[in-house]
Amino acid sequence: MIELTINGTKQKFDVDPEMPLLWALRDIAKLTGSKYGCGKGLCGACTVHIDGQAVRSCIMPISAVVDKQVTTIEGLSEQGDHPVQQAWQDLNVPQCGYCQPGQIMSASALLAQNAAPTDEDINNAMSGNICRCGTYPRIRAAIHKAAKLAREVK
Amino acid sequence: MINNIGEDLDKDWLIDEQLNDPTANETVIKNVSRRHFLKGLGIASSSMVLGIQLSPALAAAENNNEDLFSPDVFVSIATDGQVTIICHRSEMGQGIRSTLPLLVADELEADWKRVTVEQAIGDQKYGSQNTDGSRSVRKNYQKLKEAGAIARTMLQQAAAKTWKVKPSVVTIKNHAARLKDSTQSLDFSELVSIAATMPVPERSSLKLKTEKEQRYIGKDNIPLVDGKAFVTGRATFGFDVDIDDMKVAVIARPPVVFGKVKSFDARETLEVPGVIKIVELPAITPPAVFKMLGGIAVIADNTYAAIKGREKLKIEWDHGKNASYDSKAHEQVFKQALEKPSTVVRKRGDFNQAKTSANKVVEADYYVGGLIHAPMEPPAATARMTDDGVEVWTCTQTPQTAQNNVMGVLQIPKEKAASVEINVTLLGGGFGRKSKPDYVAEAAYLANQTKMPIKVLWTREDEVQHGYYHSPSYQKLAGTLDNNGKVTGWYHGMVNHPIGATFNPAAKTAGSADLGQGDMMYDVPNILVDLGDTDTFLRIGWVRSVTNINNAFAASSFVDELAHAAGKDPKDFLLSLIGKDQHVNFAKDSYKYGNYGEPLDKYPADTARLKRVIELVAEKSNWGKQLPKGHGMGIAAHRSFCSYVATVVEVSMDNGRVKLEAIHSAVDVGRALNPDRIRSQMEGSAIFSASLAFYGDITAKNGVVEQSNFHDYQMARMNQIPDIHTYIVESDELPTGIGEPGVPPFSPALCNAIFAATGERYRRLPLQQFGIV
Repeated sequence: MIELTINGTKQKFDVDPEMPLLWALRDIAKLTGSKYGCGKGLCGACTVHIDGQAVRSCIMPISAVVDKQVTTIEGLSEQGDHPVQQAWQDLNVPQCGYCQPGQIMSASALLAQNAAPTDEDINNAMSGNICRCGTYPRIRAAIHKAAKLAREVK
Repeated sequence: MINNIGEDLDKDWLIDEQLNDPTANETVIKNVSRRHFLKGLGIASSSMVLGIQLSPALAAAENNNEDLFSPDVFVSIATDGQVTIICHRSEMGQGIRSTLPLLVADELEADWKRVTVEQAIGDQKYGSQNTDGSRSVRKNYQKLKEAGAIARTMLQQAAAKTWKVKPSVVTIKNHAARLKDSTQSLDFSELVSIAATMPVPERSSLKLKTEKEQRYIGKDNIPLVDGKAFVTGRATFGFDVDIDDMKVAVIARPPVVFGKVKSFDARETLEVPGVIKIVELPAITPPAVFKMLGGIAVIADNTYAAIKGREKLKIEWDHGKNASYDSKAHEQVFKQALEKPSTVVRKRGDFNQAKTSANKVVEADYYVGGLIHAPMEPPAATARMTDDGVEVWTCTQTPQTAQNNVMGVLQIPKEKAASVEINVTLLGGGFGRKSKPDYVAEAAYLANQTKMPIKVLWTREDEVQHGYYHSPSYQKLAGTLDNNGKVTGWYHGMVNHPIGATFNPAAKTAGSADLGQGDMMYDVPNILVDLGDTDTFLRIGWVRSVTNINNAFAASSFVDELAHAAGKDPKDFLLSLIGKDQHVNFAKDSYKYGNYGEPLDKYPADTARLKRVIELVAEKSNWGKQLPKGHGMGIAAHRSFCSYVATVVEVSMDNGRVKLEAIHSAVDVGRALNPDRIRSQMEGSAIFSASLAFYGDITAKNGVVEQSNFHDYQMARMNQIPDIHTYIVESDELPTGIGEPGVPPFSPALCNAIFAATGERYRRLPLQQFGIV
């Protein structure tokens, strides 16, 4: 039995310790906000936070995150009003929306470490996340906007 | 001369809407507020409900029988004033769940905050639901506006009746009726029960809003219907469907199309914890259409177990005759095919004569690699057998094709179509992949075999290796110039594996000349456009903008080559090549142009509009400006799906590698209904095109696709993409679609820019083969 803390709640998993966290989240915990895109850590659709760091859950065995804090898109904010989520809506960033949970988790991890990222900082942090619809310029703009929103809140 | 069968099938997906979808004038709109069929839809009996009959055949049959009338698109207003609009097209990122309901809401004067959008199931009563070909707006604009106007008029009459005044002194504004010269107003919620008893006004009496009166149409600040769900992870895609007792299936499919299982050993698979059972799928026989590919399905409690179980399968395959296919070697076959073209598409004057008498002849060959859709969400479908049929939840662009496909695989007769319920989820990207419902058939087949609810998931490897590919293409271009640098002759030959072969194995003629090859809009006295023949070894399908991708790349690159040969500015040269204002008369060149299923009198190929987008983008991008050393700008313009786009790309070379500095596009889609989604589609189209121009190269060896995931089928990343600027032409023309038209002009504009920067002409895509990406 493997015990994890997901979005602040302890949860037990009776699964193969090699099961990638992504499938444990999606199939067992029924948290489907984290997406499958490649299964190889190539696209970022599955990004979650582990102890605040952006991690590709599709290649992270569940046994490697025992006793760690896992945050998924569902737990990023209670009301869906994290500055990144707000900025994403203000600028109508999503097209199909599928990769956006992963994009938002990467973006929020970046902002937690860098409150005022430059375009280059953003490109470096976000280039592991593929968006096939092509929302990159809006994501860049929305991260700047989220940084501003976060500063205003403070 | 023309391979009619292949040609027709190839165009089938373009013209089916013509057959299924009436013009707005044939649409029947009825007040169905009191109808029995509303039971079970969660609509209160006192609500006001409008049914819009989109299918003329059904309308004619049912007009005389009120009880049979089944409405297609509902506009309903509940007693609390909440407006519900059913969207019958699939959402895959183009914003259709916002744009189509917006048309109704705008005419209705509904408050967008009090509008709920519901997704339609697959049912022929909706008319065509095929969400491809950039046509949802084109096909539904008028009728959805009329539906909104009808509902508004009925509410106006209801208010007039309540106040005992003439309807002319009542205006409907922002979810309420207002009485002239008074402060009185009535919310929709207070009018619904009376409005529901009103007759539907005659279409001829309708007063559609003027542009000035529009509330949402043409405005920029419209929040997405699914915006909040997207950013909180609550949106449900095909991959996310979860129903009681559901099991997950992944399938080991034959590596070569039309290959089959010779023998297999699943003992180790069945030892994987969570694996429940193995099901062998029937082998596929030509034509491929949307049939299951066959193979071995592993059914498990969870996705991980299914994937792990599949890895442990030992399968011996009979690869079949397509194992002879080598895509690299086939380039020579393409080349030979164009030495003896099979089919003349368009002919004007005498190109060969022009060649003989020309001052200068320019010739160039182009090659574009094979492509796969790679939507971020691979195909997925969930099926559960019911007492008399099957329920399906899936990410599909074509719910009715999915329904037909399921009926085929489960041998359900046509008259029992209603027993196959196709619920449409959100699509994590589509790009044409999800209009081919082979995966839906797989889910239904497995649910039927196992009597368990089954979700079939395709992994990325499945998606890349077992898709419906955009064919690689070989193209020959030639142009003749006179002494003044004026183009006197234009030749464009193309060969690819035809889409038609997916439907008819005998089809050999490269198809889709109507998509960017035959329909070029240059004013040249001598024109020859033809096609070559070849065999096909993979499933070929349509990928976002289809053969416009390769046709526009070659043609618009070649225009740039001609401009340089003539010693002229590429933008000025392009404008003069298009020539005078006119509606191009293709028939004059013995060319029966399909025009995306639209009549040319309604949606002409208008050279003035093509020139306008060129002029606009040139002005906005400051074309001709002084550029830093090593920078270059390129331009291309293309009409597709009845929309016009011109793109300017600026690049620089950074240590021998291309860097995109700026992307500018001007677009004319007629009336711009949802400018924000037009811009987002243009942004996405440029990036989609950047990915294919940089990296897109599906190759096959021994009939097996060599790529498998994003490491060897790469995508453009954020650090490669600059800001993208879109300029929308103000227009009062009929609105047209924007899902695809932004794709074709980007890659030639890019390569023209690279030429301007470096003097190197790249006539092959993708560019990664030259080490410059």
